Amino acid sequence: MTVPYRISRSLTRGARNHGFRIGQVGSACMVSLAHGTNDAQKTMGVITLALIANGTLATGSQAPFWVILSCALAISLGTYLGGWRVIRTLGKGLVEIESPQGMAAESSSAAIILLSASFGYSLSTTHVATGSIVGTGLGKKGADVRWNVAGRMATAWLFTLPSAGIAGALAYWLAHGIGGSLGVIILLAILAGLSVAIYLRSRATKVDHSNVNDEWTGGVAPAEPEPAAAA
Amino acid sequence: MGWINLSAIWKIVVFGALAGAGLPALFAIGLRALVMPGSRVQTAGADSDHVYGGNVLGLVIAGICFLIILAALGWGIYEVYQIGHPAPAKH
Repeated sequence: MTVPYRISRSLTRGARNHGFRIGQVGSACMVSLAHGTNDAQKTMGVITLALIANGTLATGSQAPFWVILSCALAISLGTYLGGWRVIRTLGKGLVEIESPQGMAAESSSAAIILLSASFGYSLSTTHVATGSIVGTGLGKKGADVRWNVAGRMATAWLFTLPSAGIAGALAYWLAHGIGGSLGVIILLAILAGLSVAIYLRSRATKVDHSNVNDEWTGGVAPAEPEPAAAA
Repeated sequence: MGWINLSAIWKIVVFGALAGAGLPALFAIGLRALVMPGSRVQTAGADSDHVYGGNVLGLVIAGICFLIILAALGWGIYEVYQIGHPAPAKH
């Protein structure tokens, strides 16, 4: 990760950041493509598998277009709504990254995910991106990795596995317990309500383009700017 | 060790390192060539964010670097496309 820094040492800081920011447009596009080839396939796979198990689709059939479209829309909407918080945690909280590090981390993430996808390995863009960002933090002199943030993320990963399993079991138990279309509709209403509640809760401490790069003060939500300092 | 595909792993590591670290390094070389001293640098201060220095040789080197990167990206995207759209078997 230090290689791009060494090579571009003779550039002015402004020119280096400007140049790598242009490069980041390309590398970020590749990460998005990689995300689509790997992460997005899981949701589509689960839905298609459920349809086949239910007998709606014939064995061995491909994902129908509406499944592909709704998964694409859902994953884009989720990225749009929750993206700023993840960007802040990864790009500011974990390591204070600059454009050269960002481009290096994005290129290696994209390469690893695309290669793994081509071998049929399912992995998480978040895991890979976190690994490469920590790598850029370890590689660049003077950049510090906030290990408490990394630890909190690792803890969250440990908890999400069983939690997702329990949530899935509860959802099945509820829909199956009520039975029929009514059960599915009630479950859908509960899930939609919970999603809206989580979204509204996140708006209480808003993270968007205006404050995504603010000083890291220990939490995802940046400290409120002092009214006097704004003058 | 049947659950570990060693041949896939070494390919992921080698090609991942080549593309993941090599392409940004090549981009940095191209960027550095682009700002090689030329007509524009005399007017630009140390804080300038001018990327183009106006040096013809630098421009050529940078162009080659960026073309290699674009070719690598194009090849990668083509490979991905082939996973989803395998060539029809010949009869």
